[in-house]
Amino acid sequence: MSTGDEMTTAAINPEPPVVRRVEVGSSRADANEFAARPEAIKLATDHVSILYGQKVAVRDVSLAVQERSILALIGPSGSGKSTFLRCFNRMNDLIPGASVQGEVRLDGENVMETDVSVVELRRRVGMVFQHPNPFPMSIYENVAYGPRRRGQNDRRKLDELVETSLKRAALWDEVKDDLRRKSGLALSGGQQQRLCIARVLATDPEVILMDEPASALDPVSTLRIEELMRELREAYTIVIVTHNMQQAARVSDITAFFTMAEDRAGYLVEVGPTGQIFTRPNERLTEDYISGRFG
Amino acid sequence: MAQLTGAYRAARLRAAPSLRERIDIPRRVAFAAAASMIFIVVLLLGFIAWQGIQLFVKDGTPVGQILSPTWQPDSTSGPTNFGLLPFIAGTVYVTAVALLISTPISVGLALFLSEVAPQWARAIVQPALEIFVGIPSVVWGWLGITILVPFLSSTFHDDLVLSLPIVGNIFTVPGFLTGFSWMAGSLVLSIMILPTITSVSYDSFRAIPQELRTGSLALGTTRWQAIRHILLPSALSGVMTAVVLGMTRAAGEALAVQMVIGNSPTMPAAITQPVTTLTSQITLDMGNTVFGEPWQDALWTMSLVLLIISITSVVLVRVINRRKMAS
Amino acid sequence: MTTTAGRAIGQPNEPKASLRNRSSRGSILADRAATVVLWGTGFLVLLILGAILLHFALAAWGVVSLSFIVSDPSETTLGGIFPVLWNSIYMLVLTLLIAVPIGILGGIYMSEYAGENAVTNAIRFAEESISSVPSIVVGLFGLILFVDDFHWGFSALGGALALTLFNLPLMTRLSEQALRAVPQDERSASLALGASKWQTIQHVVVPLAIPGLITSVILTAGRVFGEAAVLLFTAGVGTPPHYNFLNFDLTSVSSPWSPFRPATTLSVYIYKLQAEGLGNYVNQIVDGSAAILISMVLIFNLGARYLGRVLSRRLTGA
Repeated sequence: MSTGDEMTTAAINPEPPVVRRVEVGSSRADANEFAARPEAIKLATDHVSILYGQKVAVRDVSLAVQERSILALIGPSGSGKSTFLRCFNRMNDLIPGASVQGEVRLDGENVMETDVSVVELRRRVGMVFQHPNPFPMSIYENVAYGPRRRGQNDRRKLDELVETSLKRAALWDEVKDDLRRKSGLALSGGQQQRLCIARVLATDPEVILMDEPASALDPVSTLRIEELMRELREAYTIVIVTHNMQQAARVSDITAFFTMAEDRAGYLVEVGPTGQIFTRPNERLTEDYISGRFG
Repeated sequence: MAQLTGAYRAARLRAAPSLRERIDIPRRVAFAAAASMIFIVVLLLGFIAWQGIQLFVKDGTPVGQILSPTWQPDSTSGPTNFGLLPFIAGTVYVTAVALLISTPISVGLALFLSEVAPQWARAIVQPALEIFVGIPSVVWGWLGITILVPFLSSTFHDDLVLSLPIVGNIFTVPGFLTGFSWMAGSLVLSIMILPTITSVSYDSFRAIPQELRTGSLALGTTRWQAIRHILLPSALSGVMTAVVLGMTRAAGEALAVQMVIGNSPTMPAAITQPVTTLTSQITLDMGNTVFGEPWQDALWTMSLVLLIISITSVVLVRVINRRKMAS
Repeated sequence: MTTTAGRAIGQPNEPKASLRNRSSRGSILADRAATVVLWGTGFLVLLILGAILLHFALAAWGVVSLSFIVSDPSETTLGGIFPVLWNSIYMLVLTLLIAVPIGILGGIYMSEYAGENAVTNAIRFAEESISSVPSIVVGLFGLILFVDDFHWGFSALGGALALTLFNLPLMTRLSEQALRAVPQDERSASLALGASKWQTIQHVVVPLAIPGLITSVILTAGRVFGEAAVLLFTAGVGTPPHYNFLNFDLTSVSSPWSPFRPATTLSVYIYKLQAEGLGNYVNQIVDGSAAILISMVLIFNLGARYLGRVLSRRLTGA
């Protein structure tokens, strides 16, 4: 009885959770990779619900994210994927009236507690948005922004940091001659998004959250971003929200499927290795979505 | 109508516009209404400029004389000297200090409204600001006379030594004699221009896209860091515009300033002493002078100076925003 | 391989930093301080306004009464302000009668017809310029033109025309904004049904903009009501005579209906009183007058807001 066959997480939905034996069919073939090694869980949520005032936006989600893996959140519009994503760096705090119930854990530490430094959390858990949002300053200053705000003013260290971050974001070669003269706004859409990724990398995060990072980009840029994600997975834990199922299938190790209940609250239907979700999903709803019957 | 043949209908579509359509009375009338403002400005400039140069053209005063610090307009008490420098200096100094006081508070208030205040707080402060705007200048002046001026003279009548350690040994500032003073004028003006600077700054802060703030916060900065490093630099031209508009309003204010400023037509000596501005001198003297006499001509010249200041500020605002408009 | 830029590739993670790490303490402190200061500005404004309103409420307590409002000024006793109050209202109505149609028409042009060309630019420049001109300069212009050149002397009409000149940019700009706020779809729908541009403006755009236009009028009215500097030189500053409301002789100075007579308004009267300081009751009269002025401003302001919201809701059914 290989314990590795069981999922360490159970999807919560209105029916009683059933833990099934699953066969792993993703690119990361070895089932042991997904065994429950507690120290290898980077992010976890425990019965997390998110409300806007009285209205439930996301209901009771519990899942875990392995370190250095890519988790994709898929599902139709309004199913709460982006709202859920924002829990991990407490960006929901910025929305008036929003409240989060349950625990959200980074390396086992609950980030929702009141004495947690949100500023520190957001450094360790970075975010890339759907529409690239470079600051109105030079490329160099965009990337150096995070470190500078934390007090890093040493010119040489910053230069090194900027170069490394831009290289990791696969943008260095295209901008290395124009770092200080060219504004971040003068780049193309795909370049801007890579700049935003470099900007996040410069803060030395452990987790990168991506909210539909390629949906505003052309197909070529999209593929480049996807390549980038696969490279980044070697060193970072990545959670991505995407409307594009093929993208989720290409890029992620684990996929979580969200949908909207009758009362417009989003909930987690099923989570599992990507290969399995897309070929032999356990839930009917998942299968319907994957095959395009709704959403 | 139902008998219109298809051919006739087709012909109507290709018909030239009727006379009525071509003349387009509504458009012309509306245009006349809007363009009347051009006419008004030209008229205004023309008349004031014409009157303003009479001092030189008709009365033969040398142009350089207006930069003299001596104001002696009354020909019955000796040779006249129409030095406008005391008034120009008065306007500049009083306006400058008013801006110094008002700008930090106004920009702070604008930041409060756009970045910090929850909805319920905005709903109280914004109407309060609008009421501020509505208070007429004579009322501000009256408040100045009845409250501010007595307060200044009774509280600060002794010598004011600047309390900085070294500087205090060099500078002493005489106390308020009567309270009517440069400082009183600046204080009153600073409250009057506060809504102007606040609202223009507020508009420019709101124009900054939300995603820039979110981007900064998501990188692990505090809200104040986002304001300082992203918001304020981006909104700089808007804040500069706000300050220029506040300056224009302050320089042009007549009645409230005249009521508290002391009106001594000499060069400003100290911030606690009476001064005079261009506007207050005009207000005081215009009624006592006769049309056509040099004294009144000098007042018209002062009006021309005021007009030049205001047109300059309009141009200045356009220059500040030129890059923004072009981008 | 490790780099200064974080995650080493393929190496186990370093000991995890706690989220309670206070390395960013300095900037968090600065943020808190800034928040306190900014809240402080909000309080400051409310405090000052509250103090002013309270002061006038108290100062005018014994002064303002029905008789104060309806009786004539008197040199010996605590006189009333009726004539000047009447003049303020009269001046307001006269000015609005002239300024509102021109302003709305101008706003229609700027919003519906004007293109991006030199003429439009010139109009905007003119708008901005008139707004920047100090009010006494406009008053002086009125002095040359209406009082002297037209030989009207101090007159209500001269004052109203000068006030129109001065407030036209505001009225035009506010009207333009109110009209622009009407969604483009409404115009498109009308034009698509074959209506002409003017018909569209007349029957669709203007009706939909009515709440905004009314607000514009009320805001302009608030400005006009408190104006003194312009009127000082155009409508005169003398104490008005007793007004005989049955006197319809438009050439008579004591007819309150005539636009050709001097018309000292409440604001100008305040200025005059404090300048001349005659009589024993100057302070009280001015306090009372100021209180009434502020009350009118408050009514205009809050009325504009309230009315705008109510009309908007009724017309859009929201």
